[in-house]
Amino acid sequence: MAENTAAVQNGEMLPLNKRGWTVNRVINYIGDAVCWIIIAIAALSCVLPFVHVASKSVSEEAFVVANKIVLLPKGFQTEAYGRIFQDASLMRSMFVTVVVTASFTAIGMVLTICCAYALTRSDLKGRSVFTMMIMFTYYFTAGIIPDYLLMHNLHMLDTWWCLILPLCFAPYNLLIMKNNFQGSIPESLIESARLDGASHFTILARIVVPLSKPILATIALFYAVGRWNAYSDALYYIQRRTDLRPLQLKLYNLIVAASESFQMDAGAVQVTTNPEVMRAACIMFAAIPIICVYPFIQRYFVQGTMVGAVKG
Amino acid sequence: MGKAKANAEPALLGRKKGLGFYLKRDWQLYVLLILPMLHLIIFKYLAYSGLSIAFLDYKVAKGYMGSKFVGLDIFKKVFSHRNFLPALRNTLLLNVLDLVFSFPMPIILALLLNEVRVKWFKSVTQTLLYLPHFLSWVVIGALAYQLFGVNNGVINSLITSGGGSAIPFLQEDGWWLFTYVFIGVWQTMGWGTIIYLAAITNVNAELYEAAKVDGANRWQQCLHVTLPSIRSTIVVMLIMQLGKVMGGSFERILALSNAAVPEYSTTIPMLVYDWFRSNKFSESTALGLFQSVIGVILVLVSDRVAKRLGEDGLL
Repeated sequence: MAENTAAVQNGEMLPLNKRGWTVNRVINYIGDAVCWIIIAIAALSCVLPFVHVASKSVSEEAFVVANKIVLLPKGFQTEAYGRIFQDASLMRSMFVTVVVTASFTAIGMVLTICCAYALTRSDLKGRSVFTMMIMFTYYFTAGIIPDYLLMHNLHMLDTWWCLILPLCFAPYNLLIMKNNFQGSIPESLIESARLDGASHFTILARIVVPLSKPILATIALFYAVGRWNAYSDALYYIQRRTDLRPLQLKLYNLIVAASESFQMDAGAVQVTTNPEVMRAACIMFAAIPIICVYPFIQRYFVQGTMVGAVKG
Repeated sequence: MGKAKANAEPALLGRKKGLGFYLKRDWQLYVLLILPMLHLIIFKYLAYSGLSIAFLDYKVAKGYMGSKFVGLDIFKKVFSHRNFLPALRNTLLLNVLDLVFSFPMPIILALLLNEVRVKWFKSVTQTLLYLPHFLSWVVIGALAYQLFGVNNGVINSLITSGGGSAIPFLQEDGWWLFTYVFIGVWQTMGWGTIIYLAAITNVNAELYEAAKVDGANRWQQCLHVTLPSIRSTIVVMLIMQLGKVMGGSFERILALSNAAVPEYSTTIPMLVYDWFRSNKFSESTALGLFQSVIGVILVLVSDRVAKRLGEDGLL
């Protein structure tokens, strides 16, 4: 009986939907249009600034100086980019950023994986003490001056290490990885491997790591993008060794603080490129690696963010 | 927790096991922990010792030991500094404005995105919306000057060519505040949707069916089904945001501020940086310590509130 009434109700529902211009359908169409327009405006606002700057960077200076560039380039030149690739200090900054990001991520991953695995073993004596020690540093940071003094006392100021070591082990990332290990790898698997006489090192290398590739990718990307983008630590720690300035700091000095100017190639007789065009090209130079990469890595970020939100 | 541990490790003779037993049995795990813990002790816990200079009349040349202990004098000096109250006000002001304007936007966008049934449109716009999250503050700051500059910013050149007069978005205190908040909204609106979209997918489909049977249109479904269903997520996010009103990104403010707009851009992290540059290490540390202590208290309180409301909380 109950099934029959349900079927009847469904039967009545269907034609109702297909009837012409009911109020609900009109509301539906208007609703759709409003949704699409608002979302499209928001999405375009994220990408149009880059279209503008990219156009500026390849336009001829006369048009740039006259503020004639809106979204499409006028005239065409790639001289600004040519100058960037000839600018030794900018290329050096890019090199520093790449090296620092790679080593930072590698070291951070090793520390995080080892620590996360050990902390998932529930019979480990002192586990809660270790976890509390780690989480305390997440909520209470010493602050920039104590960190600076520490770097000073460790003689790490103006070295590669001050950009690589202090931040390469992040409690938040550890927590995400630990929770993921706990959730995704069956305890029985590890137990039986233990009974077969496998060491924890073997289990970590042969079972846990191969089974956790998505979360490893996520955390590695968290580390890498975070390091690539950060500049405040370099601002404090790299004061004298100008050759150790990462790209973001270089960009800050060049464009935001305008405390540095583009290196002029001594002797080379060149048409000096307009600083506006140079700035635009420089922004693109710094942004393009991220713009090219992020569409492919965003899903890992989304996953990581959700895991973090479930139990951050 | 305690019980589970006792079960996993049945005490054979009912005797408490010494540390030696565990070290012997789990030495491999402790080996794995050596490097991470060493890192933690050196770079985090050793750094805490630097906090002591907030209580010392610190001189770099004299070191910790040679500097005189002055009790709370440094804090008194900091709190009575003429820039302290403005910095405190600005920190709260910028964060509260951020909260008011940046918080609702992801919720609205998530609800709208949820209504989009066309897959390609949804995934393309989502990808575009995520872009600002991946950019560094330097790039965003540099971009802001390209767009909002008075003389050569594209927005102003559009305004002036339309007959208006240029707006000093980044060069005048009031407008700077607007631009700062606007950029904050822009930067977080896309990424913030993730949490809410995830919450929306968990909404029971039967609720929508029931609403449809009752004749609810999409707007009504959104208002009376979706929104109430993600209310707990919204509350948690709001509480967590409230816990951060003493925080705020130094990189963001440094990348967006300039000498023309000291009125609102002097926040606590900026003051810390200023004092660092003029070698007032003790004052700088004390101010930073003040900020992080208040920050921790706020986070703890907000976490407690979230738990009181029956939510997971953060801790």
